[in-house]
Amino acid sequence: MSKQVALSKEYVKGLWENNPVFKQVLGMCPMLAVTTSAENGIGMGLATTFVLVFSSIIISSARKLIPSQVRIASYILVIATFVTIVDLVLKAQLPSLSKALGPFIPLIVVNCLVLGRQEAFSSKNHPGRAFLDALGMGTGFTIALVMLGGAREILGSGQILGITIMPEMFEPWLIMILPAGAFLTLGLMMALFAHLSLRKKRIERDAILKKYVKPEEPVKMEETE
Amino acid sequence: MDLFLIFFSAVIVNNFVLSYFLGICPFIGVSNKISSAFSMGLATTFVMTIASIVTWLIYHMILVPFDLQFLEYVSFILVIASLVQFVEMFIKKVSQPLYRALGIFLPLITTNCAILGLALFIVLREYSFIQGLVYGVGAGVGFTLAITIMAGIREELDLADVPKAFQGVPITLIVAGILALAFMGFSGLISV
Repeated sequence: MSKQVALSKEYVKGLWENNPVFKQVLGMCPMLAVTTSAENGIGMGLATTFVLVFSSIIISSARKLIPSQVRIASYILVIATFVTIVDLVLKAQLPSLSKALGPFIPLIVVNCLVLGRQEAFSSKNHPGRAFLDALGMGTGFTIALVMLGGAREILGSGQILGITIMPEMFEPWLIMILPAGAFLTLGLMMALFAHLSLRKKRIERDAILKKYVKPEEPVKMEETE
Repeated sequence: MDLFLIFFSAVIVNNFVLSYFLGICPFIGVSNKISSAFSMGLATTFVMTIASIVTWLIYHMILVPFDLQFLEYVSFILVIASLVQFVEMFIKKVSQPLYRALGIFLPLITTNCAILGLALFIVLREYSFIQGLVYGVGAGVGFTLAITIMAGIREELDLADVPKAFQGVPITLIVAGILALAFMGFSGLISV
């Protein structure tokens, strides 16, 4: 089915329409834990994208060699290898970021987003497509992380990327950088996402209805109870 | 006293779900009914307890003596995956009722980040064997507590009139946020 989809579509679908966090509800643990600031969000997003892209390439290249009974274990091994690489590189090059993200870098191994894409996509498609899909999903994940991290950082400390942007009189909402703030912000964001897609669906439906209903009779909106 | 503090802080003060965000997937996915949530909690506690023993032994008996710490993640996840498989076979053999009660939740535990997180925390904080074991049990009990409370709230929530856009995951996250706020009240009790 996905064979007919244009290559560019493989990349774009992960960004918003099929966003891994807002739409598929994958990768929630790092999403909530590291997004106390936009900077951490970017770091986590890039690390996950790296792991996702390289393991997708490897797994889709080897998809015909991996026996299906042990596929999950093989995927996890490949993913764990790349996570170890990321972890060691971060520790050497960016020690402060590595410290801020803490145990959540190794926890990319069990991120359901990474494993989910291997199972759902890489194991069935050739490496080129798998690469684009992984890149798209990784970008979508990064976008979601940065949105959540940015919102929490602005409200929680009045800064964005370490630069103060809120006026002097703004009292930072401490709750936003505490765990409870993560749940609340993500809950509200997902509700917003659901609202937007519901509205889009309604507009599309009305447009179709308008074609068939005579223009004299205005289309009545369905009352939701 | 020290062990009691470790246990208590893992259960309530630094609850794995509500303050470290570990194990969010089952927390949102399996918290529809109290009975299944409680079974999931028990299964997780069981695996966590054994995992804390086994990963401690592997890290201190094999990885450290041979200077192989860089294999930490790869070996831990392999051990956890095979452990879950083993536990599943063991329970099936020993107690059929328990096996049926836990059912499909057992295999799902492999990808629960709370287990790997627990193993990593034990290494990171340089816990001794007994401390690690107590921490493992405490983390499991804390997970069970959080997921059971959540399921209790969600059963009531089914009867409530939730706005359309909030139905499903968003309202669950908001409830979890309020729950995390409540648990924050305990944060002054112990400093770890």
